[in-house]
Amino acid sequence: MTHLAEEDMVMHYYGETDDLRLAGAHLAECEECRRAFDELSMTLQAMTATMVPERDDSYGARVWSRIQPRIAAERERRGWWRARPAMLTWPRLAAAGALAVLLVAAYVAGRSSVAPPQPEAQRAGVPSDAARERVLLAAVGSHLDRSRVVLTEIAHRNGGGAADIAPEQATAADLAADNRLYRQAAARNGDAAVASVLEDLERVLVEIASSPSPASHADLARWREQIQTKGLLFKVTVMGSRVRERQQDAAAASRPASKTST
Amino acid sequence: MEVSDLATVARVRAGDHDAFRFLVERHSRSVFRLAYRLTGHEQDAEDVVQETFLRAFRQIRRFESRSSFATWLYRITVNCSHDLLRRRPRAGSRQSLDDPDDAAAMQLVDPSAAADPLRELASRRIGERVQAAMAGLSDQERSAFIMRHFEGLSIEEIGRVLDLKTSAAKHSVFRAVQKLRHLLEPLGELEP
Repeated sequence: MTHLAEEDMVMHYYGETDDLRLAGAHLAECEECRRAFDELSMTLQAMTATMVPERDDSYGARVWSRIQPRIAAERERRGWWRARPAMLTWPRLAAAGALAVLLVAAYVAGRSSVAPPQPEAQRAGVPSDAARERVLLAAVGSHLDRSRVVLTEIAHRNGGGAADIAPEQATAADLAADNRLYRQAAARNGDAAVASVLEDLERVLVEIASSPSPASHADLARWREQIQTKGLLFKVTVMGSRVRERQQDAAAASRPASKTST
Repeated sequence: MEVSDLATVARVRAGDHDAFRFLVERHSRSVFRLAYRLTGHEQDAEDVVQETFLRAFRQIRRFESRSSFATWLYRITVNCSHDLLRRRPRAGSRQSLDDPDDAAAMQLVDPSAAADPLRELASRRIGERVQAAMAGLSDQERSAFIMRHFEGLSIEEIGRVLDLKTSAAKHSVFRAVQKLRHLLEPLGELEP
């Protein structure tokens, strides 16, 4: 007779077994498994008796009164952002992220060279677009730079034991959320190559962010391998330097225009 | 008629920020419960509740209705709790159940324990041991176990909250139970 594995018993206790009837039938006829299952149940049931301070029905209203002033402050700040209709609310930022990603993609894939110089009058006529592009390029550039730093830190962690990576984890958690937006934007725009790099990056960032700290030697070795086999550090570095070049071009293009406007 | 979370989220996104109050009032208690289980300390849990709702407000445009609002909020609660635990000394050294002032301020979830001093004492001892044992789990294991055992989330939901595959969520719960059993095995004898 094949006995139930411990994991099956735990899942059976929580009603998560694929086939509840099968496990139940086995427990009914196997005394050894039944005894083990009873011991497991007793320990888990005893834990259920632990206490939690109770909160009454008005608790939610109290929480709201505590956070409401901060929400109001956020609202005021958002009001400022909303006043600029072309920029920086989330859907717009995502769409703008697509623009930035496309720029990056264009550079990486070599599908576009530096934009041809525009006539002075034309440049002067589109200051908001140019400004937006600079802001977005700065955001993407900073994202890639910070990602590169985290990957470098992780890739160079050596030594046999566990390592405290709490600072890298906090950064990775921030980066993973933004990265998702950039990846989705790239995918929506059919930019499979960039989306794929960002997907690989995101996978590593999420793993780093959600792993226990200190990270085990095995975790570090796995991340190192992921970074190396995908050439992730190299790709992120190249993308970052392309974005910086583009930033410089954009900044240079803006200078004569601002001169003419003063 | 009960207003759904999704409809309220849509109102908040459309600029009706006061509608967010409804979400706070509806979910505060469950967020507190989870935060308390994760941090093991009442004041920490209060801090986490506030931080969770503030983050949720800031990030509400990132919420995708593929999962429920409650699941999304749980994810933020877990992240806020982990952040707080990283910034502060390990929770194992801070057990509110040892604090007579905290304990006096508490109402017990199990009303029969409150009425019976011996039962309350046993409950408290178990609580202390469970808290200490929880400190030996990784963040992921502790979160997965708490959500499965105390909050009744399915393995699939836990996977969504922790951004794990179902098999990884299942394994985290199992590893947590294994470790807790190892640390608490004679616990059944203390059961009130």
